[in-house]
Amino acid sequence: MKVPISWLEEYVPITVPLEDLAHRLTMAGTEVDSIESTGSYEGVVVGLAKEVGPHPDADRLRLVQVDNGTKTLEVVCGAPNVATGQKIAFASIGAVLTDAHTGEERKLRKSKIRGVTSNGMVCSERELGMSDEHEGILVLPEDAPVGTPLGDYLGETILDLELTPNRPDCLAVMGVAREVAALTGETATPPSLDYPEDGPDISTLAKVEIEDPDLCRRYTATLIQGVTIGPSPDWLADRLRAIGERPINNVVDVTNYVMFELGQPLHSFDFDELSEGRVVVRRARLGETLLTLDGETRELTTDNLMIADAGRPIGLGGIIGGTESGITDGTKSVLLEAANFDGSNNRRTASGFGVRTEATLRFEKGLRPELAEYGVRRATKLILELAGGTVASGMIDEWPDHGGAVQPVELPVSGIERLLGVSYESELVLSTLERLGMEVVSGNGTYTVTPPYWRPDITIPEDLIEELARIIGYEMIPTLGITGSVPAWEPSPERDLRERIKDILADYGMQETISYSLTTPEAEARARPPEHGLEQLRVMNPLSAEQATLRTTLRHSILAVLSRNARTWRGPLRMFESGRVYLDKGEGVGLPNEPEKFVGVVAGPRSDLEWMSAEPESSDFYDAKGIIEALLGEFGVTAGFAPAEETTFEPGRCARIVIPSAGRAEIGVLGEVASEVLATFDIETAPVAMFELDVEAISKLPELQKLGQQDYTPFGRFPDSARDLALLIDDTVPAADVLALVERNRLAISATVFDVYQGDAIPAGKKSLAVRVVYQANDRTLTTEDLTKAENSILRALEHNLGAELRTQ
Amino acid sequence: MADSVNGSNGGEPSPDDRINAVKDAALAALAVADSADALQEWRNQYIGRSGEVTLLLRSVGSLPAEQRAGFGQAANRLKNELEGSFDTRQAEVTAASGPAGAIDVSLPGRKPSGGRLHPITQTVREITAAFGAMGFQTVEGPEVELDRYNFNAMNIPDDHPARDMFDTFWLDRVDEEGARSILLRTHTSPMQARVMEAQDPPIRVVVPGRCYRYEATDASHEWHFNQVEVMAVDEGITFADLKGTLFEFARRVFGPERKVRFRCDFFPFVEPGVDMAVDCFNCEGDPACRICRGSRWLEILGAGMVHPDVLRRAGYDPERYSGFAAGMGVERVAMLKHGIDDIRHFYANDMRFLSQF
Repeated sequence: MKVPISWLEEYVPITVPLEDLAHRLTMAGTEVDSIESTGSYEGVVVGLAKEVGPHPDADRLRLVQVDNGTKTLEVVCGAPNVATGQKIAFASIGAVLTDAHTGEERKLRKSKIRGVTSNGMVCSERELGMSDEHEGILVLPEDAPVGTPLGDYLGETILDLELTPNRPDCLAVMGVAREVAALTGETATPPSLDYPEDGPDISTLAKVEIEDPDLCRRYTATLIQGVTIGPSPDWLADRLRAIGERPINNVVDVTNYVMFELGQPLHSFDFDELSEGRVVVRRARLGETLLTLDGETRELTTDNLMIADAGRPIGLGGIIGGTESGITDGTKSVLLEAANFDGSNNRRTASGFGVRTEATLRFEKGLRPELAEYGVRRATKLILELAGGTVASGMIDEWPDHGGAVQPVELPVSGIERLLGVSYESELVLSTLERLGMEVVSGNGTYTVTPPYWRPDITIPEDLIEELARIIGYEMIPTLGITGSVPAWEPSPERDLRERIKDILADYGMQETISYSLTTPEAEARARPPEHGLEQLRVMNPLSAEQATLRTTLRHSILAVLSRNARTWRGPLRMFESGRVYLDKGEGVGLPNEPEKFVGVVAGPRSDLEWMSAEPESSDFYDAKGIIEALLGEFGVTAGFAPAEETTFEPGRCARIVIPSAGRAEIGVLGEVASEVLATFDIETAPVAMFELDVEAISKLPELQKLGQQDYTPFGRFPDSARDLALLIDDTVPAADVLALVERNRLAISATVFDVYQGDAIPAGKKSLAVRVVYQANDRTLTTEDLTKAENSILRALEHNLGAELRTQ
Repeated sequence: MADSVNGSNGGEPSPDDRINAVKDAALAALAVADSADALQEWRNQYIGRSGEVTLLLRSVGSLPAEQRAGFGQAANRLKNELEGSFDTRQAEVTAASGPAGAIDVSLPGRKPSGGRLHPITQTVREITAAFGAMGFQTVEGPEVELDRYNFNAMNIPDDHPARDMFDTFWLDRVDEEGARSILLRTHTSPMQARVMEAQDPPIRVVVPGRCYRYEATDASHEWHFNQVEVMAVDEGITFADLKGTLFEFARRVFGPERKVRFRCDFFPFVEPGVDMAVDCFNCEGDPACRICRGSRWLEILGAGMVHPDVLRRAGYDPERYSGFAAGMGVERVAMLKHGIDDIRHFYANDMRFLSQF
């Protein structure tokens, strides 16, 4: 909402500096976005054309002697309308003007025109950047003071307000004036509403019927006969332009002006176009159409409130008028409407038709019906003044439910301190509320407050408390540390686990990423995730085709991130995302599940380039697996990895992550991404290891229930011994089986593979495994015989169960 | 200058002068020897096998007999003295330049590979920790939400103009009652209602989470963003508690010297409503400040006393209970703290951006 200061000053004196006023308004809830000045017109002053004479060398040019307040200068001027004695806009050399031909800004230079030096310029509106008018120069009013900077004379300072939806009163200059008055202790004076009613009784000429009073609480109208439609006077046109409205004609401009002045939308009908002089306010009938002022033909529904005459629709109530009954140059009689329409219905109809008019902006916020009368009287007065004619006596006022008057609000005295933590003296409460136009009766520990008609937002005691707090000042309320009892602590194990996993993965060198949760089924399919049999949840109004459905997997997200970074990042490419997927439960069965997932990729070099070693090797499956093992190890969980096949992953290079201690519960998957998948993401780095983890499944593992309370296991007091085994074994036997079998020996406390070899000297189909076994007993130091015995026992078991044999050199 | 006391009558320098001359030259040279090589060279020149002191000693035989004993003793004393000086100097030089096995300690070390948390995660944690210290527990809620929680429970009925503040993504699904009322939450505020339904007072919660708004993306708007909601409900909670709690939060997150400004604002689910700003931590009102653009105040969050209708809808008696609520955009807080000029960086996931936090 733009509020020109000169307009505001018509209703309230401004007694504080503008910056200060803007600050007070902002602090009290009406945020001043900016204080704008229209037209600085630097270097341009009001000048007097003292003498206009011919140019010696050009018929169409004149020489003008301009008094700029300090001296007289000779200027060459080509405008046909320049005349002696005019007050004009005079630009000195150096002034920045709009080039009348190119529209660009340029600095005025001294120049010779047909042999005569021009010491400045007499400007047109276009040159001043005011309008496109360039037929002649701008002629100023006779009383314009010579020598005054044009900006001071013509310029307007405008407050640009950012309004909150609860304050329709501030969508009017008068409302802002009332706010200014309340904040500065001044009095706001509303404009005059008096005019002579010299015509016949309006009830003999026009009639209004409200058929649907639920959608139209009040309808007031006046009739002005014998008007002359024409352009508005400058003051009115200038004001409308200053707030960004286009002047149309005197009658339409008045209805617009009064809407911005008082906040009441109005509409003017060409009375002679109304069949039988009747206005009917009713829901539209099925099949009715209306050609509205914006040139659209609207098909109406029974939910739309119509303004009709005796036969046909003539306007969409409180939104936009119809063309056929609109004001034209030939209009002689004007029926002026100021009504009160239901906010919800108005908003629904307006958004249904996709029109957001200034009228809807006000009606949808729920105006009081009392306002209508002020609006119609003010506009009638101005139309009479600007378009002439005679006003029919009386006013049509259909107000079926008069009982809906403003209700008083009971504010208990104690309620103020209870909510604000500070109490105000009764005198301060009374004076503050009265400054806001409220009527207050106090007694029995209660203030009974009747808000003024322009404040429909005040309906409950808390509204009054806010009024007091904001006018007295939020800074007057103490700032206290919160007291009272602290709520009982509730564990949130899944959330804690998720955050802990993020920390651990970051510690392991992985960068956290966050991707959009809206995607498309096609984008998800590029990662070839397993079928889940669910349909993606679709957004009805997506912003773009790429953001149409809620994701059901994170795999494509992380691959897209990898693809984006693979070309620009030289270091290890290790990233993860923690986020939700959204799994539909079907139509009509409530909200979807939103399980938390982790997905991570490990690709690129294993480490940054370092001076002490050669070019780092590429990371692979085992880098990702190591991260998973270590991650789970942080929670005391030992994972198992079961060979698996999934379309996302390269055949033979994928494993389900299963937890033996939890009945082989599956908590995720790990593998090297299939080359075809990498190709669809345009990823040239290979291999790319990827894992996916389910947070809920991890949180349910038995080890997690004891997190932070794991039992302590005593460590052996006797020395341990390490011995290595070189085994030859079928290459299909998983190393994990070998280690598990070794560790089954009661003296073997750990077994670690430290070499895997296939190739020269190893028969086809076999592999060589080197295993370091650590032995320890908890009751004695092991002897060489003990070790040999244990080793032989292990070898027998390996041979018997897995066909392994000791490798001989 | 020659020492006249020990001086002889011109011509050949006296033996004492010869010793003193060597001594002075040796000590002067030693003082400027500043490397192992220079020291070795000095050693060779003065006290090595063919060094000048050694030569002095060897020259004893060529002296008159009565001078030999005195000269020899003096030369030996000089040798001992210079060896002592050499050791001292060598220790000094070694201390300055490192021993023979020195390594280039300027070469980079073997870094443990460390990744980083996304700046949004870090900022959420900072915010939740600030409130956590005041007894606020972190809870989370659904991103796919019902109209009833997102709007109606928050005192924003159908066709209410305040709905314009929340452009909404609607899902193509009907709810249990067959109404097309499932949406992507436009704010974390619906958790106010969900928490009040699930818990009894006293309530102090902080709720981080993703939110969505149907609006075009530009440098300062994303359709996908994070909010943190804060709510305290109990008997006797006042606006003064709101100010105190939010002030403490601002100090913890933006620095202990921060000033805060509370001004009136409107949100349908609070009354009175508040906008909280902190003074710009980057400037003193510089019109060109890239953070506040000269306004000196940075709007951080919206807040207010929980609206009685919100309490009532959640089954709380507003005559007995009161509370405050606040909500803030995580991206905005992170942008202000780190001087990030474009919100789109957060979800572009470029390592060159992410690795900076």
